[in-house]
Amino acid sequence: MLDVRNLQKIYTGRNREVEALRNLTFHIGAGELVCLVGPSGCGKTTLLKCMAGLLDPTSGQVLLEGKPVDGPPPGMAVVFQEYGRSLFAWMNVRDNVALPLRRKKLGKARERELVDHALEVVGLADAHEAYPWQLSGGMQQRVAIARAVAYEPKVLLMDEPFAAVDAQTRAELEDLIRELWRELGVTVLFVTHDIDEAVYLGQRTVILSKSPTVVQEDLTIDLPDERDQLHTRSSPRFAELRAHVYEQIQRAKYRSGDTDAGVVDRAPEPAKTRS
Amino acid sequence: MTALTVLRRALLLLGLPATLFAVWWYATADSTDFYVPPLSAILDAFGKVWTGDRLLSDVVPSLLRLTAGYLLAVVIGVGLGLLVGMRRAVRDVLEPVLELFRAIPPPVLVPVIMLFAGIGDTMKVLVIVSGCVWPILLNTVEGVRAVDEVLSDTCRSYGITGTARLRHLVLRGASPQIVTGMRQALSIGIILMVISEMFAASNGLGFTIVQFQRSFAIPEMWSGVLLLGILGFLLSLLFRFAENRALAWYHGLRRARRTP
Amino acid sequence: MTRPATSTTVVGGSAGTGTGPGGAPARRRLPDRAVTPLRGLAGLAGLVAVLEALPHTGLVSADYLPPASETVRALWGLLAEQTFWTALGDTLTGWGLGLVISVVAGVAAGLVIGSVPVLRAVTASTIEFLRPIPSVALIPVAVLLYGADLRSKLLLVVYAAFWQVIVQVLAGIQDVDPVADDTARSYRLGTWGRLRHVMWPTALPYVMTGVRLAATVALILAVTAELVIGAPGLGQEIAVAQTSGAVPRVYALVLVTGLLGVAVNLAARAVERRALHWHQSVRTEVNA
Repeated sequence: MLDVRNLQKIYTGRNREVEALRNLTFHIGAGELVCLVGPSGCGKTTLLKCMAGLLDPTSGQVLLEGKPVDGPPPGMAVVFQEYGRSLFAWMNVRDNVALPLRRKKLGKARERELVDHALEVVGLADAHEAYPWQLSGGMQQRVAIARAVAYEPKVLLMDEPFAAVDAQTRAELEDLIRELWRELGVTVLFVTHDIDEAVYLGQRTVILSKSPTVVQEDLTIDLPDERDQLHTRSSPRFAELRAHVYEQIQRAKYRSGDTDAGVVDRAPEPAKTRS
Repeated sequence: MTALTVLRRALLLLGLPATLFAVWWYATADSTDFYVPPLSAILDAFGKVWTGDRLLSDVVPSLLRLTAGYLLAVVIGVGLGLLVGMRRAVRDVLEPVLELFRAIPPPVLVPVIMLFAGIGDTMKVLVIVSGCVWPILLNTVEGVRAVDEVLSDTCRSYGITGTARLRHLVLRGASPQIVTGMRQALSIGIILMVISEMFAASNGLGFTIVQFQRSFAIPEMWSGVLLLGILGFLLSLLFRFAENRALAWYHGLRRARRTP
Repeated sequence: MTRPATSTTVVGGSAGTGTGPGGAPARRRLPDRAVTPLRGLAGLAGLVAVLEALPHTGLVSADYLPPASETVRALWGLLAEQTFWTALGDTLTGWGLGLVISVVAGVAAGLVIGSVPVLRAVTASTIEFLRPIPSVALIPVAVLLYGADLRSKLLLVVYAAFWQVIVQVLAGIQDVDPVADDTARSYRLGTWGRLRHVMWPTALPYVMTGVRLAATVALILAVTAELVIGAPGLGQEIAVAQTSGAVPRVYALVLVTGLLGVAVNLAARAVERRALHWHQSVRTEVNA
């Protein structure tokens, strides 16, 4: 469904270049829910933007159903972390969800049906007329998710969508994503920096190294398909997987495309965080 | 209770203006100073001067010229602003030129435009356009530049491009700044409306008021000053009304951000 | 968490990573900071070229729009004239004096009205009524009372600039964080202490904005007074040049007023930025 092949991204700045992604290759099958996790500042967002066709990679390519992505492809929806900035402040909730549908020319009735349904499944059936800024952060992100759902994408990319909402809302939204994924049969790539989330949500977790980024590990999450916040999170297998991912991330902080290539070989040092 | 709050608000709203009015009224009541006539005389003159023929022959032409010039400036300013703002290279090339034009005090354009357009209506409308267009243009450029990156990416990934992007994203996103530019332009427009008529005209508010002053028709002159003041106030009221309708979302958003 | 998408900002964002690009050759490119001014200069050069060429094409008569070279020659001539420098001095005097008076009066009145809620409530409607009254409406009054005098100019300048300042000061005081004010109260700071340590720092950026706006408006009204009333200064020089048909001189003087405007803008913005820098960094921290 979605293939990332030898992806490399170098940012060219004022007078230096920064290699964010070194060489990334992985595959996501149709209908899979894959989480992408890595240390802070490891180029997760860069990778996602390349996959969404919002950013041109320096080399390598992204294939969607075998076709190279060279611009935002139809059939793909993106949910950004900054819900406050990704919604149109001058449109009410309903128009925010409906706007991307206009181009599809589905007809009024079908459009209304899609919008109503999308808002209902995210639990906002009674907020049609509200403006985004009148809602809480969690509800705003629900609007963004509803917009993606109404768009009927084949692939849904989510860039740390719950990083800015509180813990309880976050748990609710995680379950919402699993529910939507199972109902709609959509392929989901979920980027996060939260280890628990990465283990809880997906069928697979791709762990990235720090920048310049390579794939550190592609881990299958062999938890049962029925998950819930209480039992899944307290199961021994969850703890094992969590510990494993945690270790990998710790290791990833000192590992990058450079260390792999043997160019730089240095002792572990405190990780530098990047905002 | 409610009657009391209404009374309180009315008192706050009208108390000081009424006091000032009363002070003016009584302080000038027995005024023998030729230049400062009694307020009663000014109001008397106001009723006589501005209700009859002058309303049609002076006030209306002034307002028509202001409206024409202002609207033209809005169309040109927003249109060019969108073109300039959306291309970084164009913006870089034109910005210093535009800043220079904006910095020229608009009234000095009156003698320059008189060279081209004589002293008719065209000149006055052109003067208003040439003064009003810069704040609108530069603020539009600023607004287009500041369109949110995440929102822009959102539009791209949902295939919202071309005119739909222009309409739903760029124009609306830049509208707070556009309105700021329009507000600045309105006060410049009023200044230019008056000055262009004071400089060279055969009718209009500015022309008439200066005529009164030169012929020492003092109460009439004061009534004209009063009328200009009222006009300025009413136009700003009208503007605020329109702004509150068009930018309701923006004010709401700002309030929401203020109270976390 | 997000990576800025534009190449210009991303380098700044990743400057702290330490790990440079492995073996990637660091290509030297012309920095963006250098490209922008170069493009701007090209734009200005283009304007001069168009102004030079336009009269020669016959599209516009050179009687109305002299070639740029002639305007520059006229400007050069101006620089050698004593009258020009006197006029420039007169304009700057009217502008500067008017600005100082309106800033001092606006800040004082704003602080008093803003810090006393009753005064604020009582004066609100009056300020809203007086503010939009166009300063030029006072031109006949100024002529009658003061003639073509500096005082006429000051009346117009101060009336226009004063409102710009006071409105900003009032907005600034309204922006005072109630928590900060309560903190100050709980530590038993007096009225003066709160004014000095809470209200003034919050209002300062607004005051600076007010000063910037007032500086621009003051220049406009100073020139207007000279142009229309005939008070001595650049505006009067323009009026005289225009009536005597010295067209290149008109353009040269207009250019001077424009450059003056640019200088006022740049200076005011530089002053404002120093105050706003602190302000915005605080703001973004709160928002994040």
